[in-house]
Amino acid sequence: MYKLFLRSLISVIFLLGFSLNANAEFKVGFVYVGPTGDHGWTYQHDEGRKAVEAAGIKTTYVESVPEGADAERVIRQLAQSGHDLIFTTSFGYMDPTNKVAKDFPNVKFEHATGYKREHSNVATYSARFYEGRTLLGHMAGKMTKTNTIGYIASFPIPEVIRGINAMTLAAQKVNPNIKTKIVWVFTWYDPGKESEAAQALIDQGADIIMQHTDSTAPVQVAEKAGVWSFGQASDMQRFAPKSILTSIIDDWAPYYVERSIAARDGTWKQQDTWHGLKEGMVAMAPYNSVMGDDLVKEVEQLQKDLASGKAHSFTGPIYDQKGNILVAEGAVADDGMLAGMNVYVKGVEGDIPQ
Amino acid sequence: MEVQLIKIEKRNDLSRSIYFLTPVLAIFLTLFGGGIIFYILGFNPIEALKFFFITPISDLYGLSELLVKATPLCLIAIGLSFCFKSNNWNIGAEGQLIFGGIVGGGVALLFYNHDGFYVLPIIILSGAIGGMLFAMIPAILKTYFNTNEILVSLMLVYVAKLLLDYLVVGPWSNPEGFNFPETRQFSESARMPILFGGLRIHAGIFITLITVFLSWLILYKTYLGFQIKVSGLSLKTAKYAGYKGKTMIIIVFMISGACAGLAGVGEITGPIGQLHRNISPDYGFTAIIVAFLGRLNPVGIIFASLIVALTYLGAETAQIFLQVPKYTGQVFQGMILFFLLGSDYLLFFKIKFLGLKKNEF
Repeated sequence: MYKLFLRSLISVIFLLGFSLNANAEFKVGFVYVGPTGDHGWTYQHDEGRKAVEAAGIKTTYVESVPEGADAERVIRQLAQSGHDLIFTTSFGYMDPTNKVAKDFPNVKFEHATGYKREHSNVATYSARFYEGRTLLGHMAGKMTKTNTIGYIASFPIPEVIRGINAMTLAAQKVNPNIKTKIVWVFTWYDPGKESEAAQALIDQGADIIMQHTDSTAPVQVAEKAGVWSFGQASDMQRFAPKSILTSIIDDWAPYYVERSIAARDGTWKQQDTWHGLKEGMVAMAPYNSVMGDDLVKEVEQLQKDLASGKAHSFTGPIYDQKGNILVAEGAVADDGMLAGMNVYVKGVEGDIPQ
Repeated sequence: MEVQLIKIEKRNDLSRSIYFLTPVLAIFLTLFGGGIIFYILGFNPIEALKFFFITPISDLYGLSELLVKATPLCLIAIGLSFCFKSNNWNIGAEGQLIFGGIVGGGVALLFYNHDGFYVLPIIILSGAIGGMLFAMIPAILKTYFNTNEILVSLMLVYVAKLLLDYLVVGPWSNPEGFNFPETRQFSESARMPILFGGLRIHAGIFITLITVFLSWLILYKTYLGFQIKVSGLSLKTAKYAGYKGKTMIIIVFMISGACAGLAGVGEITGPIGQLHRNISPDYGFTAIIVAFLGRLNPVGIIFASLIVALTYLGAETAQIFLQVPKYTGQVFQGMILFFLLGSDYLLFFKIKFLGLKKNEF
């Protein structure tokens, strides 16, 4: 019996063989934190990947890669298996990306939403999602009846806090009584937790739900409860057709195509990219006509002004929760301040988890 | 109406070699089942299986990664085998791993920018003690308050996770880290020595091997090991023989927790190098599969941990080369356990058909 097993084991190994043919074709690799079917963050990155593929460049992806010890192996495997440019699309890949980049100087790395560029072959990129939040804030301030906005937040990092602040500031501008209630879920993707958070916010009187997480669960809860909501990362309209007023869309496709072609043609350079409405990295899904023509026109105008630079999401005077001035009257916050933002503005309830 | 009567009988003529061969059979059935799944998904089954089980370990780097992945699984499973052998169901190894990581990581942060050969041993020891203390909670509650250790140990996993969340977001977060939920990178003196340049395999593997050897010694060569096995086979016999049940329960939980804590501290001082929210991709739960696949036997567990580690690596490689969905790795783990338990049932029991009888209901 035992010999039979041994013999078949050996023959199976021989049958399968060890051959591995490497080829020199230009390839781009993507590392995703969630499943490609999350219909949010990862879904949009995968749409970007498909655009690169459509431009005639071969791509590979690995989905649901935990942001722990496994990330380094996956990134290294992509580098080792002949990928020339690798996009790592979550902030938790920051240290692994830089570690692998050190060992593969000929491979280019692009890390999304991080700040470490320890080697000349690492670039970083992110989008000015907060510009979209300003538009949401304007709509939320006009549409709310309870003056309470519910916000599902993932992690207390500057990117998320910027979004909360930008939204609150814009809402206050059109409705001074606005309050922003926040539930921190400490995950990017967990439909169960996100639904619970949405329900908790609705129970506390929020009639507007928005989220800085990746699944479609919050908009679906909002749809059921009959409150307004906004899609995040991709157009989530079909998941909550009545409730969604619009979605902030992360459009990575042009950037991915441009950088892939640059890497292929040898013109790739290290840089820190932070694009917004102007460049189209942040885009808005169609506005729900239920808001009425006037409001839609207002928001469309605001969108144009933000894109042209006529308006800025963080225009003074801006105060923190205690009433200290953060940005003086007439001034706008600079990118340095935005990058390290770690206080709430006045009107946000609660404390940043510390 | 007539019905077929079935009788399930315990087999008494079990041979030892069959007992250890069924896991091998389960693996072959899994390969076969996996091939069918790949075929249905539209992949060439032979090619997919090759990328899944052979490509990941066809070079030195891959072998090193296999050991990096198998090390914590093996350690935790060894610890769990003490509990499971004595009929104590510690399901919360994940929590003990995290708590060990928290304690070890806390000490590592305490020794930040501190050189000295003693730093790493202190961290490792504190991690083991952390896991041990955390595992004593369900043990003491079980022995003195008659609570269910499955529930208590499982729920404590969430306690450990939330505590880790709190610490890395708040008090322990990197002051220069823009509020990202992670601690500083530990200093060099707090890191496991790397065995070969360019590979990630680290000194933690020696801790695992020593633990395996010690476990074998305890289980098969000491009175305590004998007591553990007897209690597992029959609690009544153990009581009749006068063994101190309560002390033993606490001891097996302590061993199990210490092993999980070691695994946690090995991860944070080894491949990760800092504390953040994802220090374990559910190693503590996967180790339960490893423990049973290895027949709760120290040597069996070594092989089982390698095989289960391979399912993780394989899922990644198969996705890189063929874009096979990543979740096939978990499907494989599930299939291995399913086939193992299935063949176990047929191994321990035989099914007798007693012929047709008139249905009287």
